[in-house]
Amino acid sequence: MSPDSLGFIFLNAAVINNFVLALFLGICPFLGVSAKKETAWNMGLATMFVMLVSSLCAYGINLLLVRFDIQYLRLISYIAVIASAVQLVEMAMKKFSPALFRALGIFLPLITTNCAILGLALFQTFREYDFLQSLAFSSGAGVGFTLALMLMAGLRERLALARVPSVSQGAAMSLMLAGLLSLAFMGFAGLGGSHA
Amino acid sequence: MATLPNRQEQVTLDTFLRGIWEENPVFVMLLGMCPVLAVTNSTINAIAMGLATLFVLVASGALVSLLRKLIPKQVRIATYIIIIATFVTMVDYVIQAISLDLYNALGAFIQLIVVNCVILGRAEAYASKQRVGPAVVNALGMGTGFTIALLCLGTVRELLGNGTILGIQVFSSNFEPWVVMVLPPGGFFVLGAWLLLFEWLKQRKAEPAGAAEGATVHES
Repeated sequence: MSPDSLGFIFLNAAVINNFVLALFLGICPFLGVSAKKETAWNMGLATMFVMLVSSLCAYGINLLLVRFDIQYLRLISYIAVIASAVQLVEMAMKKFSPALFRALGIFLPLITTNCAILGLALFQTFREYDFLQSLAFSSGAGVGFTLALMLMAGLRERLALARVPSVSQGAAMSLMLAGLLSLAFMGFAGLGGSHA
Repeated sequence: MATLPNRQEQVTLDTFLRGIWEENPVFVMLLGMCPVLAVTNSTINAIAMGLATLFVLVASGALVSLLRKLIPKQVRIATYIIIIATFVTMVDYVIQAISLDLYNALGAFIQLIVVNCVILGRAEAYASKQRVGPAVVNALGMGTGFTIALLCLGTVRELLGNGTILGIQVFSSNFEPWVVMVLPPGGFFVLGAWLLLFEWLKQRKAEPAGAAEGATVHES
């Protein structure tokens, strides 16, 4: 596969350069809401959705910024767009699917400060992806994020039953687990060489 | 703090030191983990990232504190984000001008300082309620604590993963580098190990105190 093909971009974002485990983006929700599989799944879905929306918005914004030669406003406009995209998604969801809205609860507004979203918008700009490539990239990133979150939640559910020394309870244990997961994901590097 | 009559906090040494030890943003509050893990594969990256974050923290803290009476409550978070984004854009261009190598090594993570929760957290929880003096001192302490945490990770990872500190060879040529330490998993492992160490110290300190107080202390 050529590095520019849609399939490769998707696979690259999802597993080879997984946003959480290889690029360290979105660590806060990864450690924060991965205690139960149910919440992890909801969080993953919400993030995936916001990623898609804000990636498309960022693509449009960047076209405008380049057109008027004001790229130094990129960061400010991206973060404003993401914040409003999250707000918009929240309102739309409240109107059309109240059940899903209730299920996601507080996680939805918190997505604004998830660095995976801003990272996604910045990466797609640096790599100069076109519209379809951005779409593949953002859906790959969303799938990868959900995958990492679900794996972590599964592990932590099992670990809750295990007896561990009192010093290693909590964050330290989660980080060690994340390290092991990240080690496992390094195996995917063979699929296509990293170009992060 | 009980001795203070007014709600405005006085500038004391504690205002500064709290950010370094008691409320260390990384080791105690577990905030801003993304840059902590991502850029600490060498000491120099860690220092640069720490200083950049320190600058943004102090500058945005000062501005938020100055404007605290002008910012309407409803749009305060959006305002803080715009203020922070402005300073981050400045830092981004300055680093690009000083050293292009460093800029490329840090990559998107300079711009991602915007979503570092330490900065927004300080603006919301402290700078928006205090005068400029305490806000700046507190931000300085937090930034220093953040930089120290980055250094703790950066030196250990560079030492074990490369056998060097700041690019200077430390071990003899027989040393086999632990390559995994400079790769992504190493970041998780080293930070986990530091947390283990601090937790162990805390428990060891709590034990004699607990024995003296009797049965009131129960394990968490």
